[in-house]
Amino acid sequence: MHELRVATEIIEIVCKEMERRKLSGLKEVGLRLGALSGFDAGALSFSFEAAVMDTPLDGAKLNIEQVPVKGTCRSCGKDFEVNEFVFICPHCGSTEIDMTQGDELDIVYLVEDK
Amino acid sequence: MSEKINFEKKVLSENDRLAAVIRENLNARGILSLNLVSSPGSGKTSLLERTLKELGEKLNIALVAGDVQTENDANRLSKAGGRIVRPVITGGACHLDARMIDRALNKIDLSGTDVLFIENVGNLVCPSSYDLGEDMKVVLISTTEGDDKPLKYPSMFRRSSLMIINKTDLTEFTDFDIDKVKANARTINGDLEIFELSCRTGKGLDAWYEWLIDAAAKKKNSRQ
Repeated sequence: MHELRVATEIIEIVCKEMERRKLSGLKEVGLRLGALSGFDAGALSFSFEAAVMDTPLDGAKLNIEQVPVKGTCRSCGKDFEVNEFVFICPHCGSTEIDMTQGDELDIVYLVEDK
Repeated sequence: MSEKINFEKKVLSENDRLAAVIRENLNARGILSLNLVSSPGSGKTSLLERTLKELGEKLNIALVAGDVQTENDANRLSKAGGRIVRPVITGGACHLDARMIDRALNKIDLSGTDVLFIENVGNLVCPSSYDLGEDMKVVLISTTEGDDKPLKYPSMFRRSSLMIINKTDLTEFTDFDIDKVKANARTINGDLEIFELSCRTGKGLDAWYEWLIDAAAKKKNSRQ
């Protein structure tokens, strides 16, 4: 359950930002989560809901946008979506793939509750 | 009324910032740093024990040994001739993070060190997300596990540069297929370098030692 620790980290970062912007409450925190981030969206939502209580973010929802893994082939240069974590170029069969998307664990937006 | 505010920040940015500081320090000293990861019981400590015993004369090795509880691994490694072994007890946490490594490294004298091994907590999930400032992750898998593990834990095998298949002496007693595990690992990560060895019999260790000596020399020469 390392998602709980990450949820706490998200809350700490957002609290600092709320203070900086002088926000009194939030409706929503937007998060971008890559399929290869190593974190589970369900466990993260669950942890966030529990950890957010009695913090300045109390009542805020975590809205998770899950993004797939994408790669660029080093042999033929084409971009493609990596399905089922199989890093093989569908165009030329090469296994020399640079990952261009999929390891995100990024806060992307906040929605203020006025 | 609600207003959407653009606010972009990596959640692990503080960890990544510290990892970058550690990496810069190790690079400046020309120290090769390897983050050892695996399931519990794959043989991380055994591999380090043998490596210390057999390469201790040739390479100056420092270790940071992470465990959820006990200093047992650190004690084993000290006995094996570890010049500097720093235990880190995570106290329940399932992985090491850059802050723990930073604290551990602040307590040891790294001068003259060629190689730093970080033995992570036995876990194929959580340690994959935390950069510790290492040059690369080395993932161990043993023949008493499933040969589909790379497919089950893609994040770890994707982020590792080296895979060591341990306990090859037991292959005949298990259903583990070495060719299959290699093929599985390579669909996740075509750049993986793979070693097959047995820490018990010593078979295959020479190739690992050769690689390590070579990689340490390259790192030393890259120092600016």
